Amino acid sequence: MNKLLVVSASPHVHSGESTPRLMYNVVLALIPALAVTLFYFGLGALIITSISIVSCLFFEFLIQKFLLKVKPTISDGSALVTGLILAFNLPSNLPWWIVVIGALVAIGVGKMSFGGLGSNPFNPAIVGRVFLLISFPVQMTSWPLPIESRMSYIDAVTGATPLAIVKEGLSKGELMSTISDQIPSHMQLFMGAMGGSLGEIAAFALLIGFVWLLLTRVITWHIPVSIFATIGVFTGILWLINPETNPDPIFHLLTGGVMLGAIFMATDYVTSPMHPKGMWIFGIGIGLITVIIRVWGAYPEGISFAILIMNAFVPLINRYVKPSRFGEVIK
Amino acid sequence: MLKTFPKGGVHPPENKFSASKPIEVLPLPERVVIPISQHIGAPSSPVVAKGDKVKVGQLIAKSSGFVSANIHSSVSGTVESLDPVLDSTGYKKPAITITVEGDEWMPEIDRTPDIRKEFTLLAEEIIAKVNEAGIVGLGGATFPSHVKLSIPKGKKADVLIINGVECEPYLTSDHRLMLERADDLMVGIMLLKKALGVERAMVGVENNKPDAIAHLKTVASGYKGIEVYALKVKYPQGGEKQLIKALINREVPSGGLPIDVGTVVHNVGTTLAVYEAVQKNKPLIERVVTITGKDIKNAGNYMVRIGTPISKLIEVAGGLPENTGKVVNGGPMMGKAINSIDSPVTKGTSGVILFPEKESLRGAPQPSCIRCGKCIIVCAMGLEPFLLNRLSQRKMFDRLEMERVVDCMECGSCSYVCPAKLPLLDYIRLGKAEVFAIIRARKN
Repeated sequence: MNKLLVVSASPHVHSGESTPRLMYNVVLALIPALAVTLFYFGLGALIITSISIVSCLFFEFLIQKFLLKVKPTISDGSALVTGLILAFNLPSNLPWWIVVIGALVAIGVGKMSFGGLGSNPFNPAIVGRVFLLISFPVQMTSWPLPIESRMSYIDAVTGATPLAIVKEGLSKGELMSTISDQIPSHMQLFMGAMGGSLGEIAAFALLIGFVWLLLTRVITWHIPVSIFATIGVFTGILWLINPETNPDPIFHLLTGGVMLGAIFMATDYVTSPMHPKGMWIFGIGIGLITVIIRVWGAYPEGISFAILIMNAFVPLINRYVKPSRFGEVIK
Repeated sequence: MLKTFPKGGVHPPENKFSASKPIEVLPLPERVVIPISQHIGAPSSPVVAKGDKVKVGQLIAKSSGFVSANIHSSVSGTVESLDPVLDSTGYKKPAITITVEGDEWMPEIDRTPDIRKEFTLLAEEIIAKVNEAGIVGLGGATFPSHVKLSIPKGKKADVLIINGVECEPYLTSDHRLMLERADDLMVGIMLLKKALGVERAMVGVENNKPDAIAHLKTVASGYKGIEVYALKVKYPQGGEKQLIKALINREVPSGGLPIDVGTVVHNVGTTLAVYEAVQKNKPLIERVVTITGKDIKNAGNYMVRIGTPISKLIEVAGGLPENTGKVVNGGPMMGKAINSIDSPVTKGTSGVILFPEKESLRGAPQPSCIRCGKCIIVCAMGLEPFLLNRLSQRKMFDRLEMERVVDCMECGSCSYVCPAKLPLLDYIRLGKAEVFAIIRARKN
């Protein structure tokens, strides 16, 4: 035999798992929520999502090709995920150029300035969103009404989100029993019939995505469940203490970005802890900070800030919280 | 609920093509090459010279220390040379080459197929016979068996564990052996129990071999103190520490040995060799080897004399397929790729796998770790492979030791699962060797 044999170190087989497969499964998991948002916000949702995705891919390509001078890797799906999630965090009537700025900050500052995929400490999409929220507070907090604004973009009819209505009402001294007439029922909330950013509204669609991510083993349950549990228990205690000044825990879980944040943003591989023990600490931290901002802070919603704050703790968590070792000698 | 180890693990496609093929005797080759280092520990010292006539079972290289093993001729014929020969690692290693002439066995070897159940030997006598026969761990680790049977002072075993897990994909040699040689195996277990002074033996077999489990259970009922357990299919359950955890829920401490938790583990192939050595005076001169692959014509299991060229095995199995790109000595997860099919079958060769070209090259690694944590989830030792990889690349050996790189058993689950296809285990191996060297230097 004259042919040379391949010699390499073990293992000689591979699971076939790949970074693009993981990323495109996240995209698939976001499809139900995308369908729902197209149903409720129609034209505006379509425009925002397209612009966000195209700009994220475009900026990643430009930065890799001309600034970092490496082979562009936009086909790995990570910029696509960032683009989709950024769009899901925006209102459907946001001017197109603001979306482009958001994408530039998300990809340019949030991701590539740290060295690209795998190196960024903060979730790029949230960096983009928070930058826009602080820079364009008016445009970023005008929320088109669902269904009614289906055929419109900039000129959409707007209204307040349920969380904003509650915050406003409580701050004026109104009681929950009166405020509750102005907010959708739990069932409506679950189906997504409320004002809000593109992707945060429909809990059921996001939960379908969650199941998909679990089935395809893209993520584990630890982070989302620890966030849900913390928010549920914390707001549940407040509600039990005084149901007239505190909305119930189901309301808290179904409104704002809890579902989107817990399932799709807090679980970002790069910016979350790497094993279950750390994930619990991370999730509980996000839950606590979210509720504190919602109940006592200036903003009606706080999960984006909560995730960013906990992102900052991830290196510390990874450094000091270790998986339980096999055969650890107990001293 | 089937027993298994709790932490980590993967389940690669099993591909056990040769599971239904009975063990056949491989015809004698024209020449055997017997390396003098087929085990962990000191190489043996040859006791024959060029031109000597040898018989099957004759001692040709003597154990050169406590952790070493005797080597016997697997054929009869003339010693052709004692020159170094290319072995499966691609390096020239000292070996004894023998030209085969006839098949004349040492007279004391009992070659009848009868099962010899009775024995009156003392523990020390059994251990001495195991030592004499040059038996090493046949699961692949090739650690001299008499060392494992000699329990250090102050330690005590209360249970013997027999490893019939065969968690590596493709391999079926242990499976066939359990089906076809169950009685021999049971006597071997009784001998090991006697040698260790334990009353209880547990045999662990993964549940993908239901026929072997059922058969062993039936046969074991005729012997005292042997229990057979079906285990959930999960790699690396055949790892000593994982098997102990699965069967008796004890955790071997980091840096420790199974005897620290009162047990000793032996592979089924080793157990059979012990039976033959003690009851039939037969040294370790042959073993069961699986020859398999996706495109091979006749995947099968063969009783092969040590030193037979792997090419002979391939020939009998239908020849080397055109598209072969890689030949692996051992399992696909922990086996070694060999650079020449002329290299010999040794005591540690549990199987030979032929991989087609398209499965031979590794996928190109992605530029970076995406910190998905999958390597941590699959690590059966509770380590963080991504971190060990990084620390090893940066030569941060203090930190590497702190993160317990020495606990890594190199099962390969991390590299197997990595979506970025990073060669995690390659770097971990380098770092581990370096840390071991540092620890040794510190001791001296």
